[in-house]
Amino acid sequence: MVTTLPRPGVAAPAGPPAAAPAVETPPAYRGFTSWLTTVDHKRIGLLYGTTAFIFFLIGGLEALAIRMQLSSPDNTFVSPQVYNELFTMHGTTMIFLVVMPLSVALFNYIVPLQIGARDVAFPRLNAFSYWTFLFGSIFLMSSMFVDGLPDAGWYGYAPLTTRQFSPDTRIDFWALTLQVLGVASMAGAFNFLVTIINMRCPGMSLMRMPLFTWNTFVVSFLIVLAFPAITVALILLTFDRLVGTTFYYAPAGGDPLLWQHLFWIFGHPEVYILILPAFGVVSEVLPVFARKPLFGYPFVVYATVGIGFIGFGVWAHHMFTTGLGPIANSFFAASTMLIAIPTGVKILNWIATLWGGSIRFTTASMFSIALVSQFTIGGLSGVMHSVVPVDLHHNDSYFVVAHFHYVLFGGAIFGLFSGLYFWWPKMTGRLLNETLGRWHFWLWFVGFNTTFGVMHFLGVDGMARRTWTYSAYQGWGMWNMIATVGAFMMAVGTLVFLYNAIRSLRHGEVAGEDPWDGATLEWTIPSPPPVYNFAVEPTVRSRDPFWLLKRRPQAVEAEDDTARISILGKNVAVAEVEEEHPTEERVEERVATGDIHLPNPSFFPMITALGLTLAAAGLVYGIPLSVVGLVYLLVGIGGWCLEPTG
Amino acid sequence: MHTTTGLDHRKLLMWLFLGSDCMFFGSLIGTYMAYRGRSLSGPLPSEVFDIPYTSVSAFVLLMSSLTMVLALAAIQAGDQRRLRIWLITTALLGMSFLGGQFYEFNYFVHEGLGLSTNLFGSSFFVLTGFHGTHVAIGVLWLLYLTAASRFGRLNAEQALYVEIAGLYWHFVDIVWIVIFTLVYLLP
Ligand SMILES: [Cu+2]
Repeated sequence: MVTTLPRPGVAAPAGPPAAAPAVETPPAYRGFTSWLTTVDHKRIGLLYGTTAFIFFLIGGLEALAIRMQLSSPDNTFVSPQVYNELFTMHGTTMIFLVVMPLSVALFNYIVPLQIGARDVAFPRLNAFSYWTFLFGSIFLMSSMFVDGLPDAGWYGYAPLTTRQFSPDTRIDFWALTLQVLGVASMAGAFNFLVTIINMRCPGMSLMRMPLFTWNTFVVSFLIVLAFPAITVALILLTFDRLVGTTFYYAPAGGDPLLWQHLFWIFGHPEVYILILPAFGVVSEVLPVFARKPLFGYPFVVYATVGIGFIGFGVWAHHMFTTGLGPIANSFFAASTMLIAIPTGVKILNWIATLWGGSIRFTTASMFSIALVSQFTIGGLSGVMHSVVPVDLHHNDSYFVVAHFHYVLFGGAIFGLFSGLYFWWPKMTGRLLNETLGRWHFWLWFVGFNTTFGVMHFLGVDGMARRTWTYSAYQGWGMWNMIATVGAFMMAVGTLVFLYNAIRSLRHGEVAGEDPWDGATLEWTIPSPPPVYNFAVEPTVRSRDPFWLLKRRPQAVEAEDDTARISILGKNVAVAEVEEEHPTEERVEERVATGDIHLPNPSFFPMITALGLTLAAAGLVYGIPLSVVGLVYLLVGIGGWCLEPTG
Repeated sequence: MHTTTGLDHRKLLMWLFLGSDCMFFGSLIGTYMAYRGRSLSGPLPSEVFDIPYTSVSAFVLLMSSLTMVLALAAIQAGDQRRLRIWLITTALLGMSFLGGQFYEFNYFVHEGLGLSTNLFGSSFFVLTGFHGTHVAIGVLWLLYLTAASRFGRLNAEQALYVEIAGLYWHFVDIVWIVIFTLVYLLP
């Protein structure tokens, strides 16, 4: 027997008791300047998301240029040098300027709401994280006005990146930018860790935490523990390039493989930093649209934590062709096969969540379901690469390009856009159009498989990645043309989304607090939420607390002393009915008396971020700029420490 | 039902930062160890290291952890004068260590070992240089706390600030013990 939760608007009772009445936004939170000084996690989330989306368009245009060049044999649409710049910037942009900040945008906006908090633990550190990300990205782009954009691949392998082979400043820009972006990511990650560890509302134990928050938690740990490795790798590279040390210079005894080790000790956890946020989204979206709690919640949590741990022990599967020897190869092959298990557990749990559910097909749920299928394809080709002889054959071919796009586009991007469609009404107060959403979804889904599906064939047929062109007699022209057509379908899909988003801001259907019959706390408050989020700190008594809350009145009516929600014949939650809840009057009273504490806006995070970026930029633009940067940095930190925090 | 650790946010932040910093020094120490004995030319560690000299400066840094503990005890007891004495002493011990390191670096350069002379020079100076930078930041922090106490801006309720600075200081000490053992003492 299947018992599903009632449809919204049919059996779901009216709004939650804790909803706050509308109050005027305080003056410090209005106007353009307020965006520069904001310390509100929701606004920082919007800034992060908007900036990341602009970079998504730039990275997408770079991809289109690559596909144009490859669409026919012996093509000269771009020069080989420009081609190198395009694939380097496409990778760097999509990873560091799109997927990571887009995830951070959702972390910022959603996590405090899901754990029932007013803000993050360190609001100004959060603002600092955003500005550092923005200034760092601008610094990277500014390289095109000096010697040109970086051209050594997003992984920057030594010795190609050393002075001997990359004598101009391109690589300096790249290395220093990654350093600055690392600071931004770590600042954000520390903040989310403290927030999640210390600021959950009463009753929200770790095992009641929504899965999106769990994934944020694990990702933040990965960031603070993995980024130091690339920080050191980049420090050594910068010393090699600017001071003349020989860490990566083989003729002087240095070892280029050291770069690969340090880079991938960071790089493999990084792929989980990219994909886990999307996994978090799927774990929220599927239960809501199947109207059924997540199947095997503890398994999904432990699998997430397990992935985090094992993720630090698999890095050398990126280095099978470097000749590490049979013992190391066997170890990393085994650990890579092992990490597929917790990932498989999640796939199973998502399918079991859908199984027997009453599924509503919306754009959000379709992107999530697409993730489950497309990520599985990418995950399976990943397991293929754990087998060393297969990897030796596939290495540096288009098969690998196909694999990681199934994981990063079919996985991370599909998941993040699922989250965008899901939480858009919470952020803007208006729904995205579902018809346009479907056009977007199908254009992407078909275009994506057209582009990257055929790359499997191309790779096994021997087409090497990062090559500027190929000859007609190699017979790859037709497949490449197909891939290019798919890429343009995705571009059209992106334009449809862009139109949908702009249209929705003015003309979208008003969403209300809870358009999807949500299960978690963010749906208990108005859309968009007031600056203080929750007028009264919520208390939770179960997983999926809002589902429980909405079903309580039914239990009261039935004169049952406990509210039971049972799904598939199994009680998933029980709550005492008599428990007191804050009333409307109490909420109004608190708001009216200004009882709610809000952090003061501040210019200092931005000044500090600017100082940090200028100090780094001075290493290519000239030391005077570094001195100016250090002055800004000192002013920023000094003001930060001394200003009253309100 | 625990939904918070009860630790102050800032103290928790410091613990997490130190965890991250462990990975930073781990990577630098790993680099040094990977390049041990792989320099193609001299000077080699055995030719420049003066173990007794560096033992003394390591001992000085170790003692500064003790004075840091005494500083924390002083502020918790509400004794501002004693707090300043121990903070200044800790900072002075830190500065003696830095002075010792400066002298040592100078001596190495005089012996012909520069930052880019060989792999030993590169990995040694980068590793110990970043540790020294950590110590220098710690010294500035201690001096700032001393000044704050002097101007009455660090009362007994704010003992947390001294405690957090102490966590950082002890960590920097422990890292030096690891570096000293692996870089200087390991044959
Ligand atoms: Cu990997």
